[in-house]
Amino acid sequence: MSIKGKGYIVGAYEHPTRLATDKSVSQLHAEVAWGALQDAGLTKDDIDGYICAGDAPGLGPLNIADYLGFTKLRFIDSTDVGGSSYLLHVAHAIQAIALGRASCVLITLAGRPASEAMATGTAPRTWGVNVPDDPFEMVYGRTVANAYAMVAMRHMYEYGTTSEQLAWIKVAASHHAQHNPHAKMRKVVTVEDVVNSPMISDPLHRLDCCVITDGGGALIVASPEIARSLKRPLVKVIGAGEATKNQAGGYIDLTYSGARQSGARAFEEAGVKPSDIKYASIYDSFTITVLCQLEDLGFCEKGQGGRFVSDGNLISGVGKLPFNTDGGGLCSNHPANRGGITKVIEAVRQARGEAHPAVQVKDHGLVLAHGTGGLLGTRHGSATLIMERE
Amino acid sequence: MATPASDRKLMAIQVDPTNKPYFDAASEGRLMIGLCKDTNKHFFYPRGCSPFTLSPNVELVEAKGTGTIYSFTVMRTKEPFSVAYVELDEGPRLFTNIVDCDLDSLKIGQKVRVVFKPTQEGSPPATMFTPV
Repeated sequence: MSIKGKGYIVGAYEHPTRLATDKSVSQLHAEVAWGALQDAGLTKDDIDGYICAGDAPGLGPLNIADYLGFTKLRFIDSTDVGGSSYLLHVAHAIQAIALGRASCVLITLAGRPASEAMATGTAPRTWGVNVPDDPFEMVYGRTVANAYAMVAMRHMYEYGTTSEQLAWIKVAASHHAQHNPHAKMRKVVTVEDVVNSPMISDPLHRLDCCVITDGGGALIVASPEIARSLKRPLVKVIGAGEATKNQAGGYIDLTYSGARQSGARAFEEAGVKPSDIKYASIYDSFTITVLCQLEDLGFCEKGQGGRFVSDGNLISGVGKLPFNTDGGGLCSNHPANRGGITKVIEAVRQARGEAHPAVQVKDHGLVLAHGTGGLLGTRHGSATLIMERE
Repeated sequence: MATPASDRKLMAIQVDPTNKPYFDAASEGRLMIGLCKDTNKHFFYPRGCSPFTLSPNVELVEAKGTGTIYSFTVMRTKEPFSVAYVELDEGPRLFTNIVDCDLDSLKIGQKVRVVFKPTQEGSPPATMFTPV
């Protein structure tokens, strides 16, 4: 059984804030939920399924569903695979809808790492107690930045990828961010700006890293019947894939990501190929994250990512594959240190034709969103969605 | 330009009942790795099951303690340090630090050997590597 055509994204909302010192995390969840309901033209009572991930305080579907006032949910999920969670949630929501276990599912994300002055990338972070790998990694100062930097270092060693090529990814994101009034970094940057910014973790510079922002986003996934009853453009999910990748007992290969599996599964279900995709939201915690995923999704050959992203090939109106036209995590928003939901939101804007006119892709019938969660260099979740404007 | 590896203060390691034999051996200056006795393949980090078959038919065996740098990075913090994956001669790649060296001279493929660095009082040492 396939989820192809069994569910539509009918509501998508990104909180405009990037610094929410005056709001709680739970309140941000409520505000994005409200925004998505307004976007869809639905009311709270239409929602019969709710999904959140580890950013939701407490036992997510319990405490946050309580805050939001949901008393009649018949489908809940809280799968947490970091920033990739929300793409996989869309697929899980459609599975529930296809089985008749829900008809209208809300997904929320919110957090405030900027207000809480979190050193997201450069301070050691773990995800709970009794984590079996922590005793073998935390003492070595494992951080988000160095776990991604080792992927970049190996990619450079194997394929001759350069810092200048990685920089083009940030340059493209900045060209898009200049049109987004809510973006944290709206200044257009050059390759020189990126490679001359301070080194954080060789070979990643400060401008190879994403922004740290407060905020959040929400999505509503609904059955075909509900989607057709609404007044919004129809964005149908036609393919989805999920995967995990880890150290495999010590035989980790840093040159590829879980996108190799999740992407292949999504393309197979959708019955399309990478060259059919007109717009792609690609998870961009760091420039290297984008490079790896583009290769693994099949937009170019393995090892050719550096050439593929160069010379503005990711800039809307300039290159062959417009990506992250909102400015992405690299320049606009990475709420709660998890960029998955904003990846889907911008892909929905593109499919609807509601992106900023300066970055809107003309032929926007087929779009892709992809997320990586956790650490590319140790263990991560991977989720791919392919959507079609009906 | 040289950047000497700093002697940073290391955090305590969380020892649990399953990983204790590994850390007890580290305290005695020995590097242990897992061996799956069904596939005769080594693995890291050590655990009570085979990551290849999930079978409990595993044992802890001593590694030579030599290998090569598979990938690395230098954290350009106030006290710079190098995080790396070292590929042991037995096969597995482990997450570690390269120490007692010039951080600016490190290279992928470089030969290294194990050294054990003290962490906190009452906590086992950390398994690190230094260029040969």
